[in-house]
Amino acid sequence: MNPIIEVNNLQRTFGDHKAVDDITFHVKPGEVFGLLGPNGAGKTTTVRLLNGILPPSAGTASVFGFDPTSQGELIRRRTGVLTETPALYERLTARENLEFFGTLQEIPESDLKHRVDDMLEFFELSSRGNDKVETYSKGMKQRLALARALIHKPPLLFLDEPTSGLDPEAAQQVNDLIANLSHANGQTVVLATHNLLEAQRLCDRVAIMNEGRILAMGSLNDLSRKLWPVTWVDIIFYKTPAENIAESLKAHRGVIQVTADAQRDALSVQVESDEGIPDVVRHLVEHGASIMKVNPRDYTLEDIYFALQAGEA
Amino acid sequence: MNWRSIWAIARKDLKEVRQNKAAWGPAIAMPLIFAIVMPLLFTLAPRFIPVEDIQRELGDMDVLLRNLPPAVSAIFIGLKLEQMFVLYMTSFMLAPLFLIMPLMFSSVVGADSFVGERERKTMEALLYAPTTDVELFLGKVLAAVIPAIALSWLTYLVYIIIVNVASFELFKRIWFPLPMWWPMMFWLTPAFALLGISATVLISSRVKTFMEAYQLTGSLVILVLALVIGQVTGVLFLGVGTVMLIGTLIWIVDAILIYMSVRNFKRSALIAKL
Repeated sequence: MNPIIEVNNLQRTFGDHKAVDDITFHVKPGEVFGLLGPNGAGKTTTVRLLNGILPPSAGTASVFGFDPTSQGELIRRRTGVLTETPALYERLTARENLEFFGTLQEIPESDLKHRVDDMLEFFELSSRGNDKVETYSKGMKQRLALARALIHKPPLLFLDEPTSGLDPEAAQQVNDLIANLSHANGQTVVLATHNLLEAQRLCDRVAIMNEGRILAMGSLNDLSRKLWPVTWVDIIFYKTPAENIAESLKAHRGVIQVTADAQRDALSVQVESDEGIPDVVRHLVEHGASIMKVNPRDYTLEDIYFALQAGEA
Repeated sequence: MNWRSIWAIARKDLKEVRQNKAAWGPAIAMPLIFAIVMPLLFTLAPRFIPVEDIQRELGDMDVLLRNLPPAVSAIFIGLKLEQMFVLYMTSFMLAPLFLIMPLMFSSVVGADSFVGERERKTMEALLYAPTTDVELFLGKVLAAVIPAIALSWLTYLVYIIIVNVASFELFKRIWFPLPMWWPMMFWLTPAFALLGISATVLISSRVKTFMEAYQLTGSLVILVLALVIGQVTGVLFLGVGTVMLIGTLIWIVDAILIYMSVRNFKRSALIAKL
């Protein structure tokens, strides 16, 4: 399947500052792709470049096969963008906001009212649809901004810090909506965020950015394997095994090191890869061990992120 | 060109302005003064000022009338001194104010157009819409042009009624407006309004705050005021044809200004300022 977004050596400078510095990546249809990084990493600039509202200084990009520099309107007709601030007209009602953006997105007049009603209902704002947006809570504004981004049913959605400034409950609600969009509707989502848990929960793949550059890219598994090619697995016994079992395990193929924790009746085993774990378990069982729990140590996106930012990669 | 989008932007801006009472204050106050207080002052003045003082005020009227084109000087022939005073003041002296009025109406809407979006943090979502840069610019211009011209015409209407009612006893007939007021209202005023608004919206897209845009627009109005007071009174004296000609010249300047503005207006310049 052809990528929906293709970016090659894209750059954008503001004076001497390189906001986006030679980035290359692609996004496949239907995936949730994360641009992960601290403030100023270049995430928002990348979103602007891909939507053709900012021209690049160098490099190329293609979105739906269109060039953002010269065919921005064609791209923006197919994308929905949730900006970092809700960017709603506070003196207007929710309905007026949606009607305005729906018109700009060229939804036919005959469908517009119906579409606005659907959006208000889907985002649970129907009862407040005729109230001015300035009376809304932050969470409601964010839901309305999401409705605005989706009103024309775009196949590609850009979400820039979608839960920024929301309380945990509202953030959870917005994240549930995003997860639902990609899974139920098959929409492609580009999520720009500095929230690691959010990215881990929602993204199929991430590009970790800092100071305009992509430090690493891939799925959580890809990235953790790249950073930590060896795996630790903690094994807790139901009954203490024979004393020499750690020694015999060290000699086993694929095992790098073994440390015993006598107090917890446990072993920590470092293996060359995940595939070696069943062998280790089999070896222990064959040597009379009674195993209660096998726990391969998973790396979180947070582990990966900080390892990369600290230059450990 | 997608006119539906252009109208949508203009309608949205007008809805927002309608909600903003601070913008409506000056828009209501100025016409009240122009259309009611000032004509009343000049039409009723002859009742309270001795004829000799009016004579002194219009001392060089004979010289003025001799230098006017026959069609215009004919208007004054056979009038009493009090009638001449009222006609001169209401038809010629106050006329330039009516050209300044649409600029005043539109300066708030126009100055607010792009910087207002930036200050209220709504600009980015608007720039992500699939409108072209031209449509965006024209939508913003239209949002300021419509109320400026509509309110100006409404003020003209009130002015016409007030002048005729207040001077009816003096003239014993409905005499206002004079023929050259028609092209001034329907040809010159919209041209001036568009000139000011295009410049204002362009200023609004280049500066960072509403106050900056409003002040720059203020300087523009004062500049135009000085020019207009010096020139247009004379233009009116030259009759209908000259008013039409001046109007046409301003429309040409409008077209050039809008063409240049549209060519130089880039959403990327706006987004870079966010």
